Amino acid sequence: MTNNGMSRRNFVKLSGIVAAGLGLAGCGGSNQSSGSSGGSSVGSGAGAIKIGGIGPVTGATAIYGNATKFGAQVAVDLINKEAGSTVFELNWQDDEGDAEKAVNAYNTLMDWGMQVLVGTTTTTPCVAVASKTSTDRVFELTPSASSTDVTAGKDNVFQMCFTDPNQGEKSAEYISKKNLGKKVAVIYNNSDAYSTGIYNGFSKVASGLGLEIVSTQTFTDDSAQDFSVQLNDAKSKGADLVFLPIYYTPASLILQQAKNMGFAPKFVGCDGMDGILTVQGFDTSLAEGLVLLTPFVASASDENTVNFVKAYKELTGTGEDPNQFAADAYDCVYAIYAAVKAQNISASTPTADMCNTLLKTFGSGTFTYSGLTGKDMTWSSNGEVSKDPKGVVIKNGKYESLDAEA
Amino acid sequence: MERIKNLNKTTRSHIITFAIVIVAFVVMQALIAAHAVSHSIIGLLVPICAYVCMSISLNLVVGISGELSLGHAGFMSVGAFSGLVVASSLNTSINSAPLCLFVSIVIAGLFAAIAGLLVGLPVMRLRGDYLAIVTLAFGEIIKNLLNNLYVGMDNKGLHFSMKSVQALGMEGGKMLIEGPKGAVGIPQLSTFVAGFILILFTLFVVLNLIGSRTGRAIMAVRDNRIAAESVGINVTKYRLIAFVVSAALAGMAGALYAMNFSSIAPKKFDFNTSILVLVFVVLGGMGNIRGGMVAAAVLTVLPEQLRFIGDYRMLIYSVVLIGVMIVTNNPKIQRALEDFKGRFRRRGNKAAQAVDSLEGGVSDE
Repeated sequence: MTNNGMSRRNFVKLSGIVAAGLGLAGCGGSNQSSGSSGGSSVGSGAGAIKIGGIGPVTGATAIYGNATKFGAQVAVDLINKEAGSTVFELNWQDDEGDAEKAVNAYNTLMDWGMQVLVGTTTTTPCVAVASKTSTDRVFELTPSASSTDVTAGKDNVFQMCFTDPNQGEKSAEYISKKNLGKKVAVIYNNSDAYSTGIYNGFSKVASGLGLEIVSTQTFTDDSAQDFSVQLNDAKSKGADLVFLPIYYTPASLILQQAKNMGFAPKFVGCDGMDGILTVQGFDTSLAEGLVLLTPFVASASDENTVNFVKAYKELTGTGEDPNQFAADAYDCVYAIYAAVKAQNISASTPTADMCNTLLKTFGSGTFTYSGLTGKDMTWSSNGEVSKDPKGVVIKNGKYESLDAEA
Repeated sequence: MERIKNLNKTTRSHIITFAIVIVAFVVMQALIAAHAVSHSIIGLLVPICAYVCMSISLNLVVGISGELSLGHAGFMSVGAFSGLVVASSLNTSINSAPLCLFVSIVIAGLFAAIAGLLVGLPVMRLRGDYLAIVTLAFGEIIKNLLNNLYVGMDNKGLHFSMKSVQALGMEGGKMLIEGPKGAVGIPQLSTFVAGFILILFTLFVVLNLIGSRTGRAIMAVRDNRIAAESVGINVTKYRLIAFVVSAALAGMAGALYAMNFSSIAPKKFDFNTSILVLVFVVLGGMGNIRGGMVAAAVLTVLPEQLRFIGDYRMLIYSVVLIGVMIVTNNPKIQRALEDFKGRFRRRGNKAAQAVDSLEGGVSDE
């Protein structure tokens, strides 16, 4: 036969590809199942409440998604250990920080039988998912999606973090209260909703608080490599404080480049700056004196924080301190636990009833929760949290509370 | 039977393409009615429809017109954002959701066509690598323009600004597009049926264009530009026609896509999305409309169905891509496929002849 299409070599190649695929599928499968199947078999008696989580575990924002994922997992593990039975079961799905993928992840979780959603980590996906949970009547508590659009018009969505404009206003208040600087330069990412939101809040109240914004410079995700123009503008306008409402990756570059050009104002960041000390290859001495406002400090010495940091490090095995995102996710799970206990909710409660009970509890205004990211937090019925920010300054490569010092 | 056989080869192929889409739609609808599919598949239906349309429309540029365009997501985003502005502003005055969707998709197509024309006029004077680079750049320009676009609506009508929310000077009202935040609270009008109709429309336009005199001119330019020019074909004009039609169809797909989600950001339509659509086209075979459609559907479903293996799905996805590339480009495998097809066809012909003679004997048409 001349038309024997496949030679032996090609057959070997092909089967190699197939085998590689199957092998990957195999090891992936076993990895994943150890988490979820173990949970369901233990909790088969009383039945565990199924908590779904959505956040970017891969992609550009993976660091936040992973933090929230591990933070939530730590909380679930601790709760189950304390209670001696499986109270919660967590299933975390990746959304790559994309609205389309987040809705897909949400649908996957609905197939799994999710009863409460902790997520999503980032804002744009969260808005898309929130409109789904709102129609499907699933209670949603997001650790870190901070835009006001997340909760607007939905009674079932609550936030654990500050809203962006709120954080901008609080930052301005904090700067003026602590007298950190008068002539402020702002460098923000105008292709990012988080950054733009904080800037809008900040600029609205700044002049009223005696802060003079001398320079406002922007960059985008695509131009986040060279900041010499922005820094030169701030320097030439005589700014004594540079406000950076941005994530820490570009911020680490800004600090480096400011040092190279001999510009040493005070730098102030927001909660997105948390994690700057863990950037690989970053000289932590550059961050000395950097002030950031964050609701959580890993070096705090209270018992809950110490336990959390220890459990988090054990779970991730990387030895890195948990950041604010992880703490927010941990608080989300514990806040839900507090409400579940208070209202005697069990796994057999239909999801829609559970949603109604939880949203009434959270939105009542009398429900308070004290956790890692704040004491006596309350929620308004529109879903926004009220808690105080903590000022942190970096000293000797460690976070130190600024409030205690003052 | 006789009538179908008498049709020319391309027409028959077109009918098969339409039939595949219709059968797939009917089967899916039946499965949904029988509650036999999961939430996750149902949630994927509209994105699949949008990506299938994107794949068909890019195939017109890449496969039929033979230009490498790397900025197709730009036109998708023009359509997405113009469509949702129309839908948000008409949502209160038009009560029927399908009508509102129809109007916004049509207007989205128009806006994308205008963008395609503006981009195409300078770009279509370039060739090869230059064209790829310039389309890439235009895709990025569109994304950055949308990142700075603020659109709001109040009692006085629509307000536009390229600066900030404050610059709109709005009195109450609501924001439709808010710079990098994109749009939130989009009316979710897209349905599977709408997606299906849009695929049929896209197919209809593209297949008819390919079969027309214009289409033959476009392909002549692709195959040999100098020869085409020498017989009096206006090269730039025909390339521009393909480009603008493709942009318009991408815009329509974008509007369908945007109105499936309640929030959409300009960031979504970046270079990666352009490449994703290009991968559909390349994987399905350049110029092979049917293959591109199948590739779009499979590659949208695949990562979702592989969720159970966690992060490894990213690896599998690329392994599948590489596997398909190797397999389809292997001459021996290609020959084997051809042989198989040939045998099938011969047998099919024999069977058809047998049936024909039988029918002829019985009914004598």
